[in-house]
Amino acid sequence: MPADTPPLLSMRGIDKSFPGVHALRGVDLSLAHGEVLALLGENGAGKSTLMKVLAGVYPPDAGRILLAGAEVRFRTPQQARRAGVAVIHQELNLIPALTGCENIFLGQEGSAGLVSRGAEARAAAALLARLGLSVPLHVPCRRLTVAQQQIVEIAKALLHDARIIVMDEPTAALTPLETRQLFRIVGELKARGLGIVYISHRLEEIFQVADRIAVLRDGANVRDCATAAVDRPALIEMMVGRALTEEYPRRVPRIGPPRLVAEGLVRGRAVRGVSLEVRRGEVLAVTGLVGSGRTETARLIFGADRPEAGRVLLDGRALRVRGPRDAIRAGIALLPEDRKTEGLVLAHALRDNFALPNLSWLSRLGFVRRRLERERYAEYASRLRVRAPAPTERARNLSGGNQQKLVLAKWLARRCNVLLFDEPTRGIDVGARYEIYRLINDLAAEGKAILMISSDLPEVLGMADRILVMHEGRITGEITDARRADQRQIMELAVRGAEEAA
Amino acid sequence: MTRKQAIRRGLVGLANYGMLPVLVLLCLLFSVQTITEQQPEGAAAGRALAAAILARTPPRPRVAAFVQAHEADAALVQALAAGLEAAGGELVATARGDAAEAARVIEAAAAAGTPLAALACTRATAAWPAVRAAARDHPTLGDPPVVTPPGYLWPQFLMPANIRNVANSISIIAIIAIGMTLVIITGGIDLSVGSVIALAAVLATLLIRDGIALGPLRLLGGSLEATPATMIAASLVAVAVCGLVGLASGALITVFRLPAFIVTLAMMLIARGTAKDLTQSESVYQIPPAYTWLGGQSSLGGIPNAVLLMLLLYAAAWVLMHRTVLGRYLYAVGGNAEAARLSGVPVTRVLLFAYFLCGLLAGVGGIVMASRTKSGSATYGEMYELYAIAAVVVGGTSISGGEGSILGTLIGAFIIAVIETGMNLTHVPAERQPIVLGGVILGAVLLDRFKQWAWRRRAAPAD
Repeated sequence: MPADTPPLLSMRGIDKSFPGVHALRGVDLSLAHGEVLALLGENGAGKSTLMKVLAGVYPPDAGRILLAGAEVRFRTPQQARRAGVAVIHQELNLIPALTGCENIFLGQEGSAGLVSRGAEARAAAALLARLGLSVPLHVPCRRLTVAQQQIVEIAKALLHDARIIVMDEPTAALTPLETRQLFRIVGELKARGLGIVYISHRLEEIFQVADRIAVLRDGANVRDCATAAVDRPALIEMMVGRALTEEYPRRVPRIGPPRLVAEGLVRGRAVRGVSLEVRRGEVLAVTGLVGSGRTETARLIFGADRPEAGRVLLDGRALRVRGPRDAIRAGIALLPEDRKTEGLVLAHALRDNFALPNLSWLSRLGFVRRRLERERYAEYASRLRVRAPAPTERARNLSGGNQQKLVLAKWLARRCNVLLFDEPTRGIDVGARYEIYRLINDLAAEGKAILMISSDLPEVLGMADRILVMHEGRITGEITDARRADQRQIMELAVRGAEEAA
Repeated sequence: MTRKQAIRRGLVGLANYGMLPVLVLLCLLFSVQTITEQQPEGAAAGRALAAAILARTPPRPRVAAFVQAHEADAALVQALAAGLEAAGGELVATARGDAAEAARVIEAAAAAGTPLAALACTRATAAWPAVRAAARDHPTLGDPPVVTPPGYLWPQFLMPANIRNVANSISIIAIIAIGMTLVIITGGIDLSVGSVIALAAVLATLLIRDGIALGPLRLLGGSLEATPATMIAASLVAVAVCGLVGLASGALITVFRLPAFIVTLAMMLIARGTAKDLTQSESVYQIPPAYTWLGGQSSLGGIPNAVLLMLLLYAAAWVLMHRTVLGRYLYAVGGNAEAARLSGVPVTRVLLFAYFLCGLLAGVGGIVMASRTKSGSATYGEMYELYAIAAVVVGGTSISGGEGSILGTLIGAFIIAVIETGMNLTHVPAERQPIVLGGVILGAVLLDRFKQWAWRRRAAPAD
């Protein structure tokens, strides 16, 4: 590309403040045609705010945005979309009840308000064909996989003549196979001259997909360079502001007798006879493809769903769990996969969220002991380094990492002996991740039994003492010496499970 | 800051303070609009009258007073006499009763031949012909002036009687709005409370009139001769039945996962229908006058019993919501039921409690209503569920659950009452009043929206 053509996107000196927070301090960002730019930074570094400014959600306090050399001012997201900026959020924005086709054309149904189904279907199919993809377009979106929904979103963006696509954590809920397919699509979009801003906490992906890397920290540019010019440790140091000597803290496991034993758990097609045990002081990782029944198994142990068969033993005694209340009383905690919908009451104060599972011991005769509650919250919030303006702040105003720490805090205060972590670091930045890992190690060292569900294979390998691989509701493989395993070994177990099932 | 921003910031500020400033503003508005000349009464009138007489007559005046035969005027005479005596004067004659009595007193004074310094009257007695003609007909009296207590300017709205009236008129809706607040905070709704009021009133009055007999044993009843114990028992039974109605709604909503809107809509029809069926659509009035103790004119220190009951219930509800584990659970269930369940909150039991209490309080509202009217009728409480919801929403409780406050509801209820009585005092036609009320409800919801904007703008964005 000749040097004198203006870049596809140029954001200059973007400044944005919220009351109490200076979110962006004169940030610059540029993006060329056919380029994939990885936007990196810890939670709270300003990535989302910058992208919201680009997408017309927030007006910038200062700074200019140029699209192909022409200055633009977006007042609404609609204006940004019309100008060719599409954002694919982590939480996909499709309407579950509508079909893929209807979602793609939503808002573009033609001027007369009449819908021409045939023409739409043909146009959508042609669009996907050009990308070399096929997705069932005539079933409601809620029945599509996350990867398929993403493709629908991408198709929607292309139909709106998007020139810039922002992808926010696109692989968070994808299997490795689906991730590879996504990268192929990204390559296709590149070839068509689109610019892509790629946001992810998974650094290994960055090296695979990005041409250039821009790092933000505390709302300011830290570095902007070609991907080839940096390596992983350097990248982490740029994001965190200090060198992390290791991503996974070391621990000498002291593993005792079995603590949690599940025998023959069955529920529908999701869990078809799962038996497992977690020992004192052990970190057991359960991995496998999304939908393999990992989360469902944890929910059965916790009593969130009722098992059709099977039983759970804690320290050798059979548990009678009719609901989470019983499990909690017995000393089992579940840190759910989706902390926003299952872990926290977002509209409520941090302290109220913290107290919720602990009210039985934070009260006397049904009355909340408010001083005790204040003290305990302060204790655990500082121990876990929850960064928040005040205990009365609403949970929704915290970053993902701090929200996860809050969920952790409420269960730690409960002093549970078995902790079920479901994707404990999804969407969480490197720095906060490290703190959560250290905490998991501390808990194991105290003799608690930890069951950690994760799709992040480096994390599984870095943290677990033992690994179970699940596929279609069954345990299909076990790696007893996790320290010496590698990613290929896990993938082989998962795939072999798939082949055996087929 | 642009003008637009300033307006927005003002609205946001207002929203954050809740609706209390709105209530204060409304009271001020109606106070200014209803400033009129007020007539003092009772002892205050007596003192004012004595002062007025002493100011315009020679020292040590001899005065005759003309008053009506009620308590307030008796107090007036007493204070007047005391005031005059303190200055060396004397109340030589007092006419209590009607114009004829006044004429007799004047005749007697004239016959005695002693001149009077003044004729002390109230606004009412000054108009009696005998008083007006006294000086002309009886020269021996010495042409005494007719003196009445001087009036003063004061808002009609802020008269104690009016404030009592505002509080009394809203007490029933305010009581049922407590239960409604709880239910709405859990993310539900209860449309049946208006009908449950009628059910409670009808049940209580029927039980007092006809009673229940268990074989030869007559447990309740007694019609006009019913004892207080019978009346209390009948009322409690009625309230308990209403609690069961709420519990039934709650059970259908939680066990079968039916939408609260539909379940309580059906319950609304069932409760109203039952009340109509029990009374054959006729009013039940054969109950002792003593039954009006709760909702009638009886009061403690000037506060009517119904208002006192309302205040007590609000205090109890505040403690429940803000100091107890159950209160926390109610908020948590409304904020995020699934997260609450996974945190060990007994969601079903919490919801059952909310609907049970809502029915119970609607029952209490029905008893107050029956007591106020000394009768039970299947038509009671129509539309009350909507007024209760309005009070809750105007009070700042989010209709989507998880947020809200019990004191906000009390303020909301008072805003509705103040607007209604204020409009009556300022002679807004009754036909037009609902329009204003509707506008206020919309305004409250808009304020809530501004509050949420404020949040989103304040929120530190999470990456």
